[in-house]
Amino acid sequence: MKIVVCVKQVPDTKGGVQFNPDGTLNRAAMLTIMNPDDKAGLEAALRLKEEHGAEVTVVTMGLPKADEVLREAMAMGADKGILVTDRVLGGADTWATSTTLAGAIRNLEYDLIITGRQAIDGDTAQVGPQIAEHLGLPVISYAQNIKIDGDAVIVERQYEDRYHELKVKMPCLVTALSELNVPRYMTPGGIFDAYDKEVTVWGRPDLKDVDDANLGLKGSPTKIAKASDKVRKGAGEKVSLAPDEAVEYLIGKFKEKHII
Amino acid sequence: MNTMGLEEYKGVYVFAQQVDNVLDGVAFELLGKAKDLAKDLDTDVTAVLIGSDVKGLADSLAVYGADKVIVVDDPELKEYRTEPYAHALSSVINEYKPEIMLVGATAIGRDLGPTVSARVATGLTADCTVLEIGDFPLVAQPGKEDEQKHKQLLMTRPAFGGNTIATIACPDNRPQMATVRPGVMQKIAPIEGAKANIVEFNPGFTPDNRYVEILNIVKAVKTTANIMDAKILVSGGRGVGSKENFKLLDDLAEVLGATVSCSRAVVENGWQPVDLQVGQTGKTVRPQIYFAIGISGAIQHVAGMEDSDLIVAINKDEDAPIFDVADYGLVGDLNKIVPALTAALKAEM
Repeated sequence: MKIVVCVKQVPDTKGGVQFNPDGTLNRAAMLTIMNPDDKAGLEAALRLKEEHGAEVTVVTMGLPKADEVLREAMAMGADKGILVTDRVLGGADTWATSTTLAGAIRNLEYDLIITGRQAIDGDTAQVGPQIAEHLGLPVISYAQNIKIDGDAVIVERQYEDRYHELKVKMPCLVTALSELNVPRYMTPGGIFDAYDKEVTVWGRPDLKDVDDANLGLKGSPTKIAKASDKVRKGAGEKVSLAPDEAVEYLIGKFKEKHII
Repeated sequence: MNTMGLEEYKGVYVFAQQVDNVLDGVAFELLGKAKDLAKDLDTDVTAVLIGSDVKGLADSLAVYGADKVIVVDDPELKEYRTEPYAHALSSVINEYKPEIMLVGATAIGRDLGPTVSARVATGLTADCTVLEIGDFPLVAQPGKEDEQKHKQLLMTRPAFGGNTIATIACPDNRPQMATVRPGVMQKIAPIEGAKANIVEFNPGFTPDNRYVEILNIVKAVKTTANIMDAKILVSGGRGVGSKENFKLLDDLAEVLGATVSCSRAVVENGWQPVDLQVGQTGKTVRPQIYFAIGISGAIQHVAGMEDSDLIVAINKDEDAPIFDVADYGLVGDLNKIVPALTAALKAEM
């Protein structure tokens, strides 16, 4: 079986964020991690590999330094890493990103494609389903469990108040929730091996069946009109009192506001 | 990208999500916002109702502001599956050419929206908190005034874990598509007795490799009232310490007639079910009073509750970021403060 996992290097949103003058994100200036949902997707792929035997190829699109998440993925146990990077791909929205990744994946053999449900920088949950659409594949989003059954996958698809157990023949695309599993750590041996393995680097010319008009900032239907730091309402009063006094203080405030 | 005849696209459309033949509240909220947008564009509001045997729901969409209801009714659409639903909605878009298509950012909408946007080759902006009509670019570049486009949908959304706010337009493609989380927009006062102007449309459904098979449907046991409807929320985080210790919060909630909710950490620890989770990956709430108890206030949590009218935080860590958004912050041990507060409120009420 051949599994392709799409991962994204994302800014660690616990740190600050920085912008370029055009309003797009200055990714080069921030600390980065492998996106959590993607990491759960990778872990799911590695478990399927252990159970059924599979070749796991990890694909990322990003700056040259996104090579780091591929090294991490290979240190966890992925077999191959492909970095799709090219100046013309920069500033892409989800449409242009999914077009790019679909163009890369068309060069690969696959039975199953796994992406994270969403990335913590954009939180859109759009790229996975859009890749499936570009490739004409069935998509199952929000997977909380993935099993292989012969030439099909059986997936628990999460909704707010229920889950559906779904079955579909491969090839297909599944988007993974972080709740799917707890990803393994890299092993020292794995880290060592990962630097021996080669990361394949693809640029624009390597993308298959893709029109320039659909790539990068220019090929993105959505355009940023304005971006700014969120203005939050300021802090109110903060008190450090003994429990009884703290309660008295709060009750006093509630009375002041005619809440009680 | 396709170059489209943009002016052919007219009207504000709303995907009226139903599950088990019950309309989702977000459908009504989107109709409320769609009415505002339609007024600014001098056009009307259409709801798109997709399902099996759902025609009976159309009138309630009219009650909340739909001028027209397009009904796609087919046995294949009984349960939500990406493929027949994406075919239904994209066929409606191709046939009727809306200029704006709004979808609820639910577990269904966040699957259907991207699939449909890719199929009809347009942009989609996720989880919008503000939708308005305006110019793009916002300010015309000097000498390029005629390149500024008017009457565009400006879609504002949080990004980077709520650290930033971006306003996005989709100037060259139609429809302009947006998803909006439940609880963000306001429905209108019901127009009692309104009857739907129904248009039936069926593009035909032929199962192919993209139709998944549903083996089983497992419904979660309904735990509590919807936290999005609660006037007062007593919300607990990791600091509560255990599932059992939520008893303290239950007691406080009972005195106040409040509902208990929680942070993501609590759900991950299995102390509370996911439908009680507040925050970016949970629900957006705006109660009159929000008690944040043992919640540190990660940006992802704050994004889901900061519009509450009044925020009370109780946390032993005086540097916890939750105090940055709290109106009243009590630094101290929740195990002592919460029971004392419950007792004091009982005495007052």
